[in-house]
Amino acid sequence: MSKSKGQTDMDRRTFMGLTVGAAATLVAPGVFLHSIAQAGDREQPVTDKVRWGMLVDTSKCANGCSACVDACKTENGLSNHGRPATDPTWIRKVKVRDNFTGRETNLPLMCQHCEFPPCVDVCPTGASFKRADGIVMVDRHVCIGCRYCMMACPYKARSFIHEDIEIKPTNAPRGKGCVESCNLCVHRLDNGQAMTACAEACAKAGHNALVFGDLKDPNSPVSQALKQLPSRQIRADLQLSTGVRYSGI
Amino acid sequence: MSKIHYREWGIPSPTYWGILIFLGLFIAAAGVSVLYMEHMGHWVTGMTNQIVWGTPHVFAVFLIVAASGALNVASIGSVFGKKVYKPLAPLSGLLAITLLVGGLLVLVLDLGRPDRLIVAMTTYNFKSIFAWNIYLYTGFMVIVATYLFTMMERKANVYTKPMGFLAFVWRLALTTGTGSIFGFLVARQAYDAAVMAPMFIVMSFSFGLAFYILMVMFMYNLDGRPVGDGLLNRLKNLLGVFVAGVLYFTLAYHLTNLYVTENHGVEAFILLNGGVYTTVFWMGEVIIGGLLPLAIIFHPGLSQSRCWIAAACLLVLLGGLSKVFVIIIGGQAFPMSIFPGMTIVEGSVFDAVNGQPFSYAPSLPEVLLGLGGIAMAIAATLVGVRMLKFLPVSLADEAVDPHYSAKP
Repeated sequence: MSKSKGQTDMDRRTFMGLTVGAAATLVAPGVFLHSIAQAGDREQPVTDKVRWGMLVDTSKCANGCSACVDACKTENGLSNHGRPATDPTWIRKVKVRDNFTGRETNLPLMCQHCEFPPCVDVCPTGASFKRADGIVMVDRHVCIGCRYCMMACPYKARSFIHEDIEIKPTNAPRGKGCVESCNLCVHRLDNGQAMTACAEACAKAGHNALVFGDLKDPNSPVSQALKQLPSRQIRADLQLSTGVRYSGI
Repeated sequence: MSKIHYREWGIPSPTYWGILIFLGLFIAAAGVSVLYMEHMGHWVTGMTNQIVWGTPHVFAVFLIVAASGALNVASIGSVFGKKVYKPLAPLSGLLAITLLVGGLLVLVLDLGRPDRLIVAMTTYNFKSIFAWNIYLYTGFMVIVATYLFTMMERKANVYTKPMGFLAFVWRLALTTGTGSIFGFLVARQAYDAAVMAPMFIVMSFSFGLAFYILMVMFMYNLDGRPVGDGLLNRLKNLLGVFVAGVLYFTLAYHLTNLYVTENHGVEAFILLNGGVYTTVFWMGEVIIGGLLPLAIIFHPGLSQSRCWIAAACLLVLLGGLSKVFVIIIGGQAFPMSIFPGMTIVEGSVFDAVNGQPFSYAPSLPEVLLGLGGIAMAIAATLVGVRMLKFLPVSLADEAVDPHYSAKP
């Protein structure tokens, strides 16, 4: 079957148009994602010139306030199945009473981001690891769900994911059968936002009990606050050199 | 003493298959339990974010500890040169492997991501005692399998002694590794004790031998083969020494803990006011697993009865499970000290508010998984003795004991 010359040209134009269109459709998302990936501080590898940490000023931590806990849940999509014993908790509010003096103190308790983390020591696969900038977190591709890190953590800071997760925010990929804990909102830090959701919420609630920042930068808010306030580590006897410090306990 | 002849386990086929089907039911139930737990997630078990290791770990650790102990009989023959134990050695090696396989199956199938076993086998953090254990377990199986080969292949008999020595050293390392999982958890008052490692070794001697004696009595009885009174007497006396050893280490562990003021809380919890854990400690660990078997084993009358010896072995195993239960679950139920000198008066479920211990109730799938591990170990042993010549035709005293002399 033969075609006239004009018809052939039309086919060629359509073909080329379609090809260019298809190529653009295929390449564009990649270019877009690449540009996102290259945005902000993510271009730079994580270094140990920074050590992220926090000071909890317990004198400002309000009785009955759960702003930090709620913000963490929203930020990281920590779904609640109505089963407290198995629902994940990255940060929790605790009130302690001194056995001798009876003085009571409110404080939030979360992963203390130890310099020498026991959870990292015991993890058989190396899924539990410490980044160069001091953040202790779990590689969810390598975690086999053995829970040895939960046995080793002196702060009970970790949660095992006991059931399917419906909400999976892209900034906090999570999955059943792995262990997880506070990562100091690592996604925010990697995007150049030096503020955790809990500290932000605490400030918004008007308490300013959580001071976050770079412990190695003498001018950072957290370093300045640590200079002014007496502080201590929880279970300092274990000499884990925690990245989260407390004043007023 | 004549030459030892080995022969396959020759019970009638219907009996053999009947036993395997019976055990298969437990294994199938364990399989269904695993599918259920992994599909639904661990919230359907009794385990929580507070009690992270539950009943499966009790069974798994019990079986792994018993595995290394089951090898003891072979070691006494090969390493310590006791001739009377040599005919018992092949079964001892087989049981060591099958018990370990049973224990590891339970452990692996309780992982949050058992599908990532390949990750555990290829990605290591060598500071982790768990990672060492992966090598210790796989190495143990390879070494004991080679040891078995040197025993069962006549041309390789010359290597039996060095392989037996290697297997003996390796099994000590393995149990040290298992005990050390609990020995260096600095945060938890119940676990931070180096005595865990040697205690686990003595536990393995005891549980492994009890399992071994029961298996020998069961298989020989069913096949109508003789087991000598003298031999059984030796084995049960040895078991008595091991049971006493476990009691001694239990005493040493608690006394040393009591010397340290910061551990008074956990000691009071286990010994006095820990509810089910206190009950299981005194009833299960001390009385059922320790004092009662000792009384039977060294009682002049009862110790002459095979039924009572079997009962003593069974009690040792029940006591063993109790001991591992108290160590693993009791140790987690006790609220560890996060704020020394303070009491948590308000908190989440993660916190032991007013010092309340964490609660745990085992679920049916967990128990079925654990029982499946035991069934798997027994089934694999029975298939092994049915297929290969592991069992001496006779364990009568005149056949195995070089110093045997007929009673006047």
